[in-house]
Amino acid sequence: MFTEDNVFRALGLIVVAAPLLMAIIMGVATLASAPLSERASNLLCQICTVIGLIASLGILGLMLAWGPRNVTINLGQWVDVHEFHFNVKFVFDRLSVPFAILTFVLCGVIGGFATRYMHREPGYNRFFVLFSLFMLGMIVTSLAGTIETLFTGWELVGVSSALLVAFFHERAAPVRNGLRVWCVYRISDAALLIASVVMHHLHGHGDFQELLGAGKGISWPVGQVGLDAQSMLLVGGLLLIAAAGKSALVPFSGWLPRAMEGPTPSSAVFYGALSVHLGAYLLLRISPMLDESLALSLAVMTIGLITAGFASFAGRVQTDIKSALSFASLTQVGLIVAEIGVGYFWQPLRYVALVHILGHACFRTLQFIRAPSLLYDYGTMENALGGRLPRMAAARSSWLPEASRIWLYRLALEKGYLDGWLATLFVNPVLNLLRGCDYLERRWAALFESEMEQPAARATSNLTATYVADSLPTQTLAEQLLEKTR
Amino acid sequence: MMELHLPWLELCVLVPLLGAMFVFRFRDSSEAHFTGVAFSLATLALTTGTWIDFMAMRASEAQDKFHLMTRLTGREFFQLDEISAPLLPLAALLFALTTIATVRSKARRFSFFWTLLSESLVLATFSCKEPWLIISLLTLATLPPYFEMRARGRATSMYVFYMTLFIVFMILGWGIVIAEGQQTKQVHSLYAIIPLLAAVLIRSGIFPFHSWVPDFFDKSSFGTALLFVTPLTGVYAAVRLVLPIAPDWVMRSMGLMSLFTAVYAGGMALVQTEGRRLFSYLFMSHAAVILVGLEMVTVQGLTGALCTWISVSLSLTGFGLAMRAVEARRGRLQLTSYQGLYEQMPLLAVCFLLTGLASVGFPGTMGYVGSELLIDGAVATYPLVGVAVVVSAALNGIAILHVYFMLFTGTRHISSISLRMGRREKVALLTLVLILFAGGIVPQLNIASRHHAAEELLKHRGIVIDVNSRAPWVVDPSAETAQPMPEAHPRRIRPTVP
Repeated sequence: MFTEDNVFRALGLIVVAAPLLMAIIMGVATLASAPLSERASNLLCQICTVIGLIASLGILGLMLAWGPRNVTINLGQWVDVHEFHFNVKFVFDRLSVPFAILTFVLCGVIGGFATRYMHREPGYNRFFVLFSLFMLGMIVTSLAGTIETLFTGWELVGVSSALLVAFFHERAAPVRNGLRVWCVYRISDAALLIASVVMHHLHGHGDFQELLGAGKGISWPVGQVGLDAQSMLLVGGLLLIAAAGKSALVPFSGWLPRAMEGPTPSSAVFYGALSVHLGAYLLLRISPMLDESLALSLAVMTIGLITAGFASFAGRVQTDIKSALSFASLTQVGLIVAEIGVGYFWQPLRYVALVHILGHACFRTLQFIRAPSLLYDYGTMENALGGRLPRMAAARSSWLPEASRIWLYRLALEKGYLDGWLATLFVNPVLNLLRGCDYLERRWAALFESEMEQPAARATSNLTATYVADSLPTQTLAEQLLEKTR
Repeated sequence: MMELHLPWLELCVLVPLLGAMFVFRFRDSSEAHFTGVAFSLATLALTTGTWIDFMAMRASEAQDKFHLMTRLTGREFFQLDEISAPLLPLAALLFALTTIATVRSKARRFSFFWTLLSESLVLATFSCKEPWLIISLLTLATLPPYFEMRARGRATSMYVFYMTLFIVFMILGWGIVIAEGQQTKQVHSLYAIIPLLAAVLIRSGIFPFHSWVPDFFDKSSFGTALLFVTPLTGVYAAVRLVLPIAPDWVMRSMGLMSLFTAVYAGGMALVQTEGRRLFSYLFMSHAAVILVGLEMVTVQGLTGALCTWISVSLSLTGFGLAMRAVEARRGRLQLTSYQGLYEQMPLLAVCFLLTGLASVGFPGTMGYVGSELLIDGAVATYPLVGVAVVVSAALNGIAILHVYFMLFTGTRHISSISLRMGRREKVALLTLVLILFAGGIVPQLNIASRHHAAEELLKHRGIVIDVNSRAPWVVDPSAETAQPMPEAHPRRIRPTVP
């Protein structure tokens, strides 16, 4: 009865079931309009986290004691029709187990911290519901054995992140930033979904182990990819876009400082520790694919280095502590991604990247949750001293001309104008074109307006038309065309 | 053909019809509401019974017991197959929940008579495969919204224009099909197919025939508009009238039009400043995605389309009902400023978000596997098609969170009365949320049944389904060469991997 397989299966199921149970209980209570009390939420969070942590530590201990380096828990076919198989499968290996343990440790710590930090906050229950979804998403993503399972966790992390950025929803700025984060995540999700579909077509399923040749005595980071170079570049490229969106790599870096509008506990665990490393984790998961493709590895390395350089540059002039920490975090993520890319030349660097993730996540979480009280402590110390605290000497930059220094300062303060460029080149032209189309459609509909319309309805229509006319940019393409037609 | 254990189909059509006649007598809106709810629930029970009976028989087609229609008219009009079996309870559920969720303030403007009549027509449409009868029923179904709009004193010109085109094209197309030969499994000219396709595109709101949809949502009552579009009868017309006779290349060309609509409508939803218009574009985008799946004519695409049909109907109805509930409290929804309604109606906000995310195939909801299958099928035909479908889903997802933020966030709305959901609204929305999640957690039943239905559909087209079909990237010069004869109805045999 207590065979090796059964013990691993039971522990593996507990690891996944613990956060799932928490999400279900909190979700159902919310839908039933009977949210849990603060104490009950805290207790549930601690119980589920501790159980999950113990189970994952148990798996780690047994893997070390009994020898297997790759434990697969297959929950069977979720969907099985002739050409399409949807397998629910979790994999415990050298990569996923440390990441799952890290998730439980940090979620437990942040859960405990948030219990006090969010005490009597009106959105306390909302925070914990989203936090439970996040934890579930992280566990599912880190243990996913198939790309569909990974996508499920990935989406849960995405939606909970966006909603937590907009947590203080009575102010417009967090909401706008939440939407911005969601937009970038949707691009990332789209890339992952396409990669999932492409994998299905190449293999008939989205199994990582099958794709990366693991499981038959071979486990991460070793693997053998059974794809031709072109297909590998396609799948790898799509996964790289997905990772770049999730980990705020260049050119998607603009959302990370915006995400700091959320409550400090969620900023700490999402953007300092776990969520921001998810892209790097995905790249580590597909590292056997990177080993087979120099082009892909070079692309990963380049993006990582550019991100690290950009974040270090922009982070130096940030004026609030959370933004400064977010860029410091991004610098490290960039370096981690670069390490993954360089792993093509020396495979042990993949372990370095994993250890870098674990260390950086813990350290940054501590910094984030210390940040609010640190400012308070500084204020207390300055009051005691009766003056400003001594500051570090500025870096030697006097060799640069004054104008260049100011220009560089502004460039860094505006985060390289990255968001502005993206908006000018891609977002605004598309939105203007769509607004123009909308205007034309309303004009077409106006041709059918008859005299029998009641006054109230006509007033609404006029109001709409006025608003549309006001809201349109002055020189859209559609307007210019209409002017010419007139 | 096998027989059901009761004359279910006739009862399903007759009960709402009787209900309409019964409701017609009431002047008082609350009495009409009560009776409307009772009859729509009775219809839901009957349609569910029909579905269970059909499933228990494990038949691919079935007719009513006693053959009352044959005795009365000499022909058996109603029959059930695997495609239509789940559509009956689905449509009945949508009508029942919309009727239940109608609040008192809206009950005076929402016509229960026309709603029950529409329900009877929709159920009759889903219960029959006879083309002329489908055309007649689809024609009749356009009348209740027209009369309602007239009664409300709203302009109907655009609706009349497009619906007239829809009816004329249907009659013209099928008239030519009949003139060319009664059998569907034979060569039909483009003169027959193009008008039928145009009719389907108009009814489903596909670009450039889509302008009536936002206008209709603007002028009709939200409930009526919702029930006119969400059962997706346009897609049903495509399945019954076009799919059996159109050649592959025509279907795929039209699929590209639908694809453009999916992306275009998804994009247009992002720039809308009125709630109803935004909803109408979301509907168009989703309907177009379903048509893309149908028109790709692969078993995976069809399975995905049929699955997505059910999930989109349910989720968009839920999303629409949530929006309607907000409208009932705040009036027409302008998306120009943040409304700050979360604290006033937290459960409604949650239901709004859940149904909205379910409509874009969020993992764990009913639409997830369906949309993945659909994309898979689309990629099998043209890889870029799959990319476009994913892009449209991404745009719709952004639009949904955008509208959620606009309605439920911002400076807290102060109200002297409670704006929380009423019991009826709770029942309707939570039922939909529950079904959407249940379908997402246990998708196999739905997927397997839709897969079988898709295979049946392709058999009707004379396509041999080969499980070991080649990978889409493998170019086989002997296969899929140009189709020189537009009239030809190709028998497509997919080559196997050596």
